Amino acid sequence: MTAMASASPRSVSVAVENPGLAAQVSASERKHLIKMLALLAPSVIFTALFFVLPLALFMFRSVDNPEIQTYLPRTAEVMQSWSGQGEPDEAAFAAIAADLNAIRGQPSLGLIGRRLNYALPGARGLLTKTARRLPIAEGASAKDALIAIDKQWADPALWGVLHQQSGRLTDFYLLTALDLHKSPEGELRRVAPEQRIFIDLYGRTLSVSLTVTALCLLIGFPVAAVMARAGKRAASWMLMLVLVPFWTSLLVRSTAWVILLQNEGLVNKALMALGIISSPLPLVFNRAGVIIAMVHVLLPYAILPIYSVMKGVSGNHLRAAASLGASPLRVFRTVYLPLTLPGVAAGGTLVFVLSVGFYVTPALVGGPGDQMIGYFIAYFTNSAVNWGLASALGAFLLIVVAAIYLALGKLVGFNRLRVR
Amino acid sequence: MSIQAMAADAAPAGEPLVRFSRVQKSYDGQSLVVKDLNLDIARGEFLTLLGPSGSGKTTSLMMLAGFEAPTSGRITLQGREITALPPYKRGIGMVFQNYALFPHMTVFDNVAYPLRARKMAEPEIAQRVTAALDMVKLGPFGARMPAQLSGGQQQRVALARALVFEPELILLDEPLGALDKQLRERMQYELKQIHERLGVTMVYVTHDQEEALTMSDRIAVFDQGRIQQLAPPEELYESPANAFVAGFIGENNTLEGEVVASAPHAVTVRLAPDIAVTATAIDPLAVGDQAVLCLRPERISLAPGAAENAFTLEVERLVYLGEATRVVFSLGGQELIAKGDPMKVPVSIARGASVTVGWRTADCRAFRKE
Repeated sequence: MTAMASASPRSVSVAVENPGLAAQVSASERKHLIKMLALLAPSVIFTALFFVLPLALFMFRSVDNPEIQTYLPRTAEVMQSWSGQGEPDEAAFAAIAADLNAIRGQPSLGLIGRRLNYALPGARGLLTKTARRLPIAEGASAKDALIAIDKQWADPALWGVLHQQSGRLTDFYLLTALDLHKSPEGELRRVAPEQRIFIDLYGRTLSVSLTVTALCLLIGFPVAAVMARAGKRAASWMLMLVLVPFWTSLLVRSTAWVILLQNEGLVNKALMALGIISSPLPLVFNRAGVIIAMVHVLLPYAILPIYSVMKGVSGNHLRAAASLGASPLRVFRTVYLPLTLPGVAAGGTLVFVLSVGFYVTPALVGGPGDQMIGYFIAYFTNSAVNWGLASALGAFLLIVVAAIYLALGKLVGFNRLRVR
Repeated sequence: MSIQAMAADAAPAGEPLVRFSRVQKSYDGQSLVVKDLNLDIARGEFLTLLGPSGSGKTTSLMMLAGFEAPTSGRITLQGREITALPPYKRGIGMVFQNYALFPHMTVFDNVAYPLRARKMAEPEIAQRVTAALDMVKLGPFGARMPAQLSGGQQQRVALARALVFEPELILLDEPLGALDKQLRERMQYELKQIHERLGVTMVYVTHDQEEALTMSDRIAVFDQGRIQQLAPPEELYESPANAFVAGFIGENNTLEGEVVASAPHAVTVRLAPDIAVTATAIDPLAVGDQAVLCLRPERISLAPGAAENAFTLEVERLVYLGEATRVVFSLGGQELIAKGDPMKVPVSIARGASVTVGWRTADCRAFRKE
């Protein structure tokens, strides 16, 4: 940009001499631009179709709420105009009776039942039971008839849920993912203590990820430093050893850790044979196992960016610092560390972002209390088929990672986060 | 301990500032990069270590700075042995090839670095850094980052940084190698001025013989791990101690032949069956020895009537150099180059012309062929 700006005064004077020149230049630049865009097009189209679009659709699922409007259209309409306070009038009862009657015996009944069950446990049974006894007699009061089928129809909590969830969009999943719910009066409340799992989950995910990141950096930094200063042959050997873990699948390695770390495993046997411990250490199906296995898997991601930055640090900078009177510790603190910081930041970010999303390793090596957010996203996607909640958890994960990246960018400078 | 503190109990005058005694260096345990180096560096002198790459000059400098440990031998600084002293305790200023400025610090912080390492008070640091930057004419550049400076400016910052803590000894490792010719010449001049003004001792490594000749008090010519000759520039140029020095410093004709007659200081060397020249013997040479003759092109007279060693030769080529014209002959199958002022080269000299050339026996030096 600067070059263009500084060139413009000259081009003005040229344009006076040769009015066709500016047009020629812009024509040739346009050609160049089109060529560049054509080269970028495949990757842009691919990314848009298979990454950005699915991501946006899945994110949208965290607020998407089509079920009630689709399967209970009359009820949704009445609920939208109702205040949500106390007990609704006859029209509401008539609407839901008509809606349920319309989908009686169809799969839709199951779907809407599951959807309402998220917000109100037991709702599914109520709908099935009610639908079986429909339709109500001609001319009778829908309200009396429904309450006669099940007393729960008189419960304001049920109608509160129907009212809150009748919109096209919902904040239900996002709130649930934060251990919050809305009271029938529309107030935000924390869910009952025994149901609060997600805040703990974020905390656990972050603390495991931070621990793994810190360990990877602490172990990786010296390795990278030695590699960067080693001779060509030694460095390429070390690089190969660092990369060896990439040759094996994550699943195999995680399973191998179970075998290595179990009570009768190699690690415990060896430690006992050496007389360091007398009884096996609990190393697997707990937090320690998760961290050991994750550090092992992620270490190369820390070493490689640090190594690549360290390679670029000239030995002369370190020698210069020493010749100027700085002790080795001072050289490290004031010259080596600042110059390698971009690599540390890049490696740390990479390890952190990867470990926040880890799923397979904690699932195999961890205990029930060590599962991270990835496990729950998978659970809600595959087993519970609550895609809204899975999406909400994913959205918060994305937000946390983005926030950390931004904070780090502010701290270290974005241009230094690149892997050079 | 700082240099200043050491200067208080300085050795008596006449004692060299630096002394290498029998220093050897080998990296692989087989070949020696530096062989039996004995070198005294006097206080205040500008000494250049000159030689082709791999000659051991940079290794010698690195041993003095403390970045390489000698395999054997001793190095003393102001009478104190520093052979095993780590570099940061030596108090020697150093300017590196490509400057080695810290890219993450401003110019000011770069120059302040050695002072902060010495835990000096900030007000004094500011004062000293300002003075050092003024000295290298970079007063207003303190807030810039090194990357925002030109090569010459970076070079000056590196110099200011090496000088700011007032070391008595400054080492410069090909500091001007990355600059273009014009800038290099200006920096040579500035460096020399600073040397004279401050009276610091400078040890300068270069492979550029012109740079060495213009700047140095003494030059140590290195080749194959040894100092081939240690002498002031004039002496090095006028009386090279061996064929390597003669060839490395300045332009030189190298003629090879067999000694056919030997007097105490002069020898007659036969270059071809019918061509014999007389030369000053530097090495002792006996009849039958193989000799190398060294003769500066500008010492060959192109004017007719030359006294000694006169030959009539055919001009093979003329090379116009601007300040001089090079005339290339063949003498007994060996190339002989003469160099003359273009204004004074006779117009009769043209390609194919016959010219009588000659030189004084004193200007032609004979060495034993290695």
